[in-house]
Amino acid sequence: MLTPEERQEIEAELAHYPNKQSVCIDAMQIVQRHRGWISDESLKDLAEFLGMSTEDLDGVATFYNLIFRRPVGRHVIMVCDSVSCWIMGYEQLREQLSKRLGVKMGETTADGRFTLLPIVCLGTCDRAPAMMVDGDLHRDLDPQKLDGILEQYQ
Amino acid sequence: MEKPLTQKIRTDGEVVDVAAYEQAGGYQALRKALKLAPKEIMEMVKQSNLRGRGGAGFPTGMKWSFVPMGADAPRPKYIVCNGDEMEPGTFKDRLLLEGDPHELIEGMILAAFAIEAEVGYIFLRGEYKLSGERMGRAIQEARQRGYLGKSILGSERSLEMYVHMSAGRYMCGEETGLLNALEGKRGNPRAKPPFPQVSGLWGKPTIVQNVETLCNLPHIIQNGPEWFKGLSKTADGGTKLYGASGKVKRPGLWELPLGTTVREILEEHAGGMQDGLKFRGLLPGGASTDFLVEEHLDVKMDFTEVQKAGSRMGTGTMIVLDDATCPVGMVWNLERFFSQESCGWCTPCWSGLNWAARMLEALEEGRGDLSHLDKLAYITRFVAPGNTYCALAPGAAEPLQSGLKYFREDFERHITEKRCPWRH
Repeated sequence: MLTPEERQEIEAELAHYPNKQSVCIDAMQIVQRHRGWISDESLKDLAEFLGMSTEDLDGVATFYNLIFRRPVGRHVIMVCDSVSCWIMGYEQLREQLSKRLGVKMGETTADGRFTLLPIVCLGTCDRAPAMMVDGDLHRDLDPQKLDGILEQYQ
Repeated sequence: MEKPLTQKIRTDGEVVDVAAYEQAGGYQALRKALKLAPKEIMEMVKQSNLRGRGGAGFPTGMKWSFVPMGADAPRPKYIVCNGDEMEPGTFKDRLLLEGDPHELIEGMILAAFAIEAEVGYIFLRGEYKLSGERMGRAIQEARQRGYLGKSILGSERSLEMYVHMSAGRYMCGEETGLLNALEGKRGNPRAKPPFPQVSGLWGKPTIVQNVETLCNLPHIIQNGPEWFKGLSKTADGGTKLYGASGKVKRPGLWELPLGTTVREILEEHAGGMQDGLKFRGLLPGGASTDFLVEEHLDVKMDFTEVQKAGSRMGTGTMIVLDDATCPVGMVWNLERFFSQESCGWCTPCWSGLNWAARMLEALEEGRGDLSHLDKLAYITRFVAPGNTYCALAPGAAEPLQSGLKYFREDFERHITEKRCPWRH
């Protein structure tokens, strides 16, 4: 079931579009903000609310990089793996993160604190390498900075 | 040197709010445009030689001229801002969105007046959270001052404007993919014709334009087309946000006259290569443009001259390759991106690019043979224009085909030495 709060936020978006389906990406992002990811149950509830089939909505969900159809940790680290960050040291950054957290790309730490994911170019190439944690951008990364940044996310 | 696009942007990273924007002369172009007929606005922009800043360089005035006008035109008509900045190596629209949101809003209002649009959407990639927050707040401010909403400043013109936060996919930056994404669908491309100017969002006439393109409009309307042409060092009007990333001394973004040379951007503004490194080549305008090398440094960065040199100006943000970085590894990184981001609609793209990425991986890991180079060249023809619905597949071929041309010896060394010479 959608919570009254989720429902209210989705309805506010509905006012911006001529039909219900158009709001489905916003709606999934709203539910994800509250629950961390889109479970099969959330998908079914949302599809019903938007008048779409579950299959159609899942087709949309799986198309977009930022909709999670599997559970994630309390904090999601997205490391830019595109060309400018790659030139500026993405591979070392990835190795360091993997070693520090004990997980590979796409995995969640055993304590459920972090999920480590790759992301395409974050549009901050003059300050590469970069990553995003829960929507916060961290740039000009180097090994010294990393521990301090991770500490901010408990 | 005049820098109309970025002159108001604060160096402390804070946003220019509506009061500061007005104080600097903002929304005067809107007041002027209220006295102009749509045709007159269109004519001024045509005269200015403004070409689209999203990569393709289509003349803005001409794009507008395809929109059906008059009492019989289908309604509502839409103006859509493409702020899905996902081209690797590109970080220019972020500056405008975060720094001076009202400039974009005013530009969109002017475009809406020219085509008589009633609704505007600012389409942003999901990762541009700060841009979304600032644009949303600026829309509220503009509405309170009567610049948006019903009967703008008491006139007969109305415009509603909304922010759409996308959920991430390179394909959404493509015009028709973006329209599908806005309609809540998978961002696959649409067949053209019909062109979006005639049948776009929900089947209605729609103009999709890049952030930087729209931000130029208030200045053109305010100062006139001749002034705008005078900003440029070339036939196309205006300034351009140029950028550089990679191992240069001062990576960054600069507003310069359109037609500034590659050398000036690289050596004067970006400060040249980091100490101890040599220049090998660059992608002049994002990941989907052909490499330029030493012999091209004096080329003017504009739509025609870069094309003559065998590449495209694209987004104008260059990615620089140095001699301590492997060109094969760089091309592999690029093709892996294109393969992953392919929407899966057209076979040459989803199949061909995946194949290319795998072969490049094999080469980089020392498992390649000479036949791979011919197959890679074949794939660049396989995804050529006309074989796919959208231009992203031919774009993916550009760094690959030029990489094979300019760095052939480096590719061959990976094969003869059975390893990447840059990895020890």
